[in-house]
Amino acid sequence: MNGPCAYRLENVTVQHGLREVLRLPRFEVSTGEILCLVGPPGSGKSTLLRLLAGLQRPTRGQLWFQGKPFNHKTPLAVKRTITLVFQRPMLLAGTVRSNVEYGLRIRGEAACRQKARAILEQVHLTHLADRSASAISGGEAQLVALARALAFAPEVLLLDEPTNNLDPARVALVEDVVLTDHKQRGTTVVWATHNHFQARRAGERVALLLDGQLIETAPATDFFEMPRDTRTAAFIQGKMVY
Amino acid sequence: MSVLDSEMWPIVTLTLRVTATALVIASVVGIPVGVWLGLARFPGKRPLVALVYTGMSIPPVVVGLLVYMLLSRSGPLAFLEWLFTPTAMILAQTLMALPLITGLVMGAVAAVPADLVWQIRSLGATPWQVRWAVLREARVGVLFALLVAFGRIVSEVGAAYMVGGNIQGHTRVLSTAIMMETGKGNFALALALGGWLMALALSVNLAAMRLHGRSL
Repeated sequence: MNGPCAYRLENVTVQHGLREVLRLPRFEVSTGEILCLVGPPGSGKSTLLRLLAGLQRPTRGQLWFQGKPFNHKTPLAVKRTITLVFQRPMLLAGTVRSNVEYGLRIRGEAACRQKARAILEQVHLTHLADRSASAISGGEAQLVALARALAFAPEVLLLDEPTNNLDPARVALVEDVVLTDHKQRGTTVVWATHNHFQARRAGERVALLLDGQLIETAPATDFFEMPRDTRTAAFIQGKMVY
Repeated sequence: MSVLDSEMWPIVTLTLRVTATALVIASVVGIPVGVWLGLARFPGKRPLVALVYTGMSIPPVVVGLLVYMLLSRSGPLAFLEWLFTPTAMILAQTLMALPLITGLVMGAVAAVPADLVWQIRSLGATPWQVRWAVLREARVGVLFALLVAFGRIVSEVGAAYMVGGNIQGHTRVLSTAIMMETGKGNFALALALGGWLMALALSVNLAAMRLHGRSL
């Protein structure tokens, strides 16, 4: 693990009605690392990301962010250092540019337009800046969602399978943009994916979730070369049917 | 009175003034309450929502009766001396429009995908910024709510008659004038007044469609 602890979760459970969707006795994310969460759909990855984003509260257990309890009392300034990119792009009404500027505008930041232009250049979408967000393709929309998240330079970037519906060229572009941002600014990245090849390419550490439980967490090389758990081995060998 | 003579204009302008004022007051209250109800989760929300939905279909004559009882000489608000004034009509129409706007805005806001609301929050929006962004996303539904409320109150006759009294030059509006002229057997004039009412509704709808087209 890299730096000091960014997140610490202890005895966290999340229930939807009577169904327990997440149970984590202990889980940590270090500052400045890229942690890939792998696991099949429905394994609890999105729920965990929503907890880390402060969008959802655990049913039980404790969650700390940068050494302090992370809950509804956490100051907005702290919450604003974290952002989540969803699986579906979830763009707002308006132009591509207004979407990318949104996070900057609500923070009252200056030079929104220049910052938006710079990040749009990174995702090769400058030509779409004035296009309505409802008139672009799904792949373009996902890149806009990523640009919108990176525009205000978050300390923590949470990614919920953002490349699911992208063609290989755009998958590579997303990975490149995220990894470049991580290298340049030391962003902490928690990246949910069910594609273990992507986890192998991007992750410094990898964690496998199955049925809401953490099966194994290890540095990427160990995770893929020497899995400790048979279920991890089955997952990375593609033998897990789901 | 003919379709274009000088007696017609006060009726048309009063109709517009009463309806527009009621719509503005009901919107100022109903839109924020609708947004709050659409987004918030709290104990007791269900009965409150049921109350709003019931209010959406409350008959105008019942609203008229309630306002009449409030403002009549023996009512608790008699000291205001609003009965048989345009203000009483505005009050009645506001009470009719309020649950409609609240309920329809609530429905429009609740229909905004939960993931989008989460996305807005995760981009760092304050609670007020979230509400504003969600309201913008639900703007078509909000516009629809205003049109429905306008259509309901501009054409209602029961409450306007009861609390306004259909006094010529004072509280006579298009809907009460149509009712009166029909009662007198002046069908041509009643139809002409109906034409004015339709023209008003059409103008408002066209303006709304233009606005809608621009915002998309």
